[in-house]
Amino acid sequence: MSAATSGFETGAGGSRARRLAGSLLSTGTIFLVLFVLLAWIAVLNPNFLEPGPFLAYLKRAAPLVILAIGSYFVIVSGGFDLSVGSIVTVVVVVAARLIDDEPSRTWPVVALLLGIGAGVGLVNGLVSTVLRVPSFITTLGMLLILEGAVFLWTDGAPRGALSEEFRSIGRQGIEGIPLIDELPWSVLVLLALGAAAVVLMRADYGRRLMATGDNDRAARLSGVQVDRVRVIAFVLSGTCAAIAGILLGGFAGVSAQVGSGLEFEAITAVVLGGVVLGGGRGSVVAAMAGALTLEALFTWLNLQGISGALEDTVQGVIIIAAVAFASYRLRGTR
Amino acid sequence: MTWTRPVGLFALLACAFVIGACGTDDSEDGGGGDQAATESESNTQSNTGEQSEFFVQADFERQLAQRDAEPEGPADKPWEQAIEPEMVDTSEYKADSNGNWNVCFSNAAVDNPWRQVGFKTMQEEVKLHSEIGNFRAVDAEASDDKQISDIESLAGRNCDALIVSPNTTATLTPAVEAACEEGVPVIVFDRGVNTDCPVTFIHPIGGYAFGADAAEFLVDNVDSGGKVLALRILPGVDVLETRWSAAKEIFDDSDLNVVGVEFTEGDAANTKSIVSDFIQREGELNGIWMDAGATAVAASEAFEDAGVEVPPITGEDQQDFLQKWDEEGWTAMAPTYPTYQWRTPIIAAVKILKGEEVPKEWVLPQPKIEQDTLADYLQPDMPPLHYALCGCEDMPGFPGPWQ
Repeated sequence: MSAATSGFETGAGGSRARRLAGSLLSTGTIFLVLFVLLAWIAVLNPNFLEPGPFLAYLKRAAPLVILAIGSYFVIVSGGFDLSVGSIVTVVVVVAARLIDDEPSRTWPVVALLLGIGAGVGLVNGLVSTVLRVPSFITTLGMLLILEGAVFLWTDGAPRGALSEEFRSIGRQGIEGIPLIDELPWSVLVLLALGAAAVVLMRADYGRRLMATGDNDRAARLSGVQVDRVRVIAFVLSGTCAAIAGILLGGFAGVSAQVGSGLEFEAITAVVLGGVVLGGGRGSVVAAMAGALTLEALFTWLNLQGISGALEDTVQGVIIIAAVAFASYRLRGTR
Repeated sequence: MTWTRPVGLFALLACAFVIGACGTDDSEDGGGGDQAATESESNTQSNTGEQSEFFVQADFERQLAQRDAEPEGPADKPWEQAIEPEMVDTSEYKADSNGNWNVCFSNAAVDNPWRQVGFKTMQEEVKLHSEIGNFRAVDAEASDDKQISDIESLAGRNCDALIVSPNTTATLTPAVEAACEEGVPVIVFDRGVNTDCPVTFIHPIGGYAFGADAAEFLVDNVDSGGKVLALRILPGVDVLETRWSAAKEIFDDSDLNVVGVEFTEGDAANTKSIVSDFIQREGELNGIWMDAGATAVAASEAFEDAGVEVPPITGEDQQDFLQKWDEEGWTAMAPTYPTYQWRTPIIAAVKILKGEEVPKEWVLPQPKIEQDTLADYLQPDMPPLHYALCGCEDMPGFPGPWQ
């Protein structure tokens, strides 16, 4: 970004103001939407904003927000990661099979799962940079490969069991805290990852990532190792997916369907946060807010008595509307 | 100048509060009114919604009656039993008694644990019959189109008997009719087809009995006026619609308060979230009705995490549910859609090829697991999603293939 966009900004004083307004509009809108939704939910269900229920909402949203962070890195670099949902499924199924209700295996398996997530991301990244397969195809292929592998390995019925220790990461928290009673581990993981993502995006890597997504040619010419930046983005995405899988497996237990559709929820969340598909624009905080908004929207739909079957439809409308809004907003800037 | 910033902040906060307060007031009036309206409605009427378009009163009544009928056949082999059978002659299909028969099977799918357990049981059943020389199974992967072409190609490949487990009822009917016209004896099981050309149609009593068993349990075990949450997988699937529509009939005649009918998509995290939402929204739940047991344990965890006791709950014969029920001492029951029905088509095929009589409609008994029979079905060594009613424990290969 340093090279690519600072030249852009100094172009004219007027465009700088417009860009500021534009970026406020892009990142600001989502917070407004989130605020309105949360307020509306609080109206429908007055105890929603009490510490307990609100933390429960954050705990439930944590896996999606973490997936959105990972997807943000890939999307802002100009790619897609469709494999995250299948990584979540792999993580849960592998964890159950390997731990098999044996507490002592918990932490080694957790480490292995993170390795699996990062490894899948590494393969995604290498295939889409070195072999120049578009990331949409690479990760779609990876999704099918992983889904097929899980099915082959489990025959459709996962075996084994998760230990209490493993479950507690996504299910329990620090107890006995005044006012809020229990602080879920998943909320802590979420906060830590969110903070790390913000720091990373402000660091050198973040600027290189943004520049790569904005204009990879310009970035390459100004000395950014574009391929390396992209591979790292995929590794981050895969690792985030593994973490989300650990939390989801902890929250709800073993299931071979746990990850299905999550890749699209993550992309919806990121797009809802105003991050532009094709890369180069959008903030990670807004992407996280997008995920929180999507989860709030599902809660809202539930409170309205609208069944889960409509969730897909709502997601579809959001993806189209958010992208249409973004391109309408950006029509003058390029 | 130093005070402008705090003042500005204060003004902003004040604005936010005013807007917030206005919003709350306005909507609380509206929301409160709505809530009062629905509550007064629920006292006179049910919260269970419209009756399903799949509901057929006569079938509902027949299935409920069949639950009490005494099945014919060996009591220790329910997969050979039949309720009120009308036997048909099959001598026209009598095959070469030397055996080496070709039995073909068009399977709708093996994409869930129920079908996995069933299909393994069927494969083991084949091994028990030395007359069957060749068993050819084709998986339609839950696609009607693929199953139509599967049936066509199987019918042309000198099968001595063709077993079909249809993916959907209406779409597969013409394909099954065409196979019948080839002269091969056709055996249909699980889901039916809209033609009586198959020699026999094998199925447990059915979805109405399943749903009613679970609903009656809640009516008996939840105090009157208690809040019941019904959890369904998906709308619009006939075998699941019948389960719910029977439960709706029972609930509507009871004084239970059905506070919600929700779709879980069979997803554990979804299920747990929905139940948590309802515990929060309603303050308490006094009963859980489920149209399938795969996510029953997840539903129960929502109560554990909320720190309240698990109320009366219904599940299915999956091991994870049965074991948790046993360990935690729940008030629970499990209706079943027994996987042992996968043994019966093979038995029927052998009977038909021997020229023996079979029931035209082979209705298998459909037991329910209650507290007093729970211990008989616990199999701690089996996988969590193993179905206890596979009828496979006495098979020579047990437990290998099922583990």
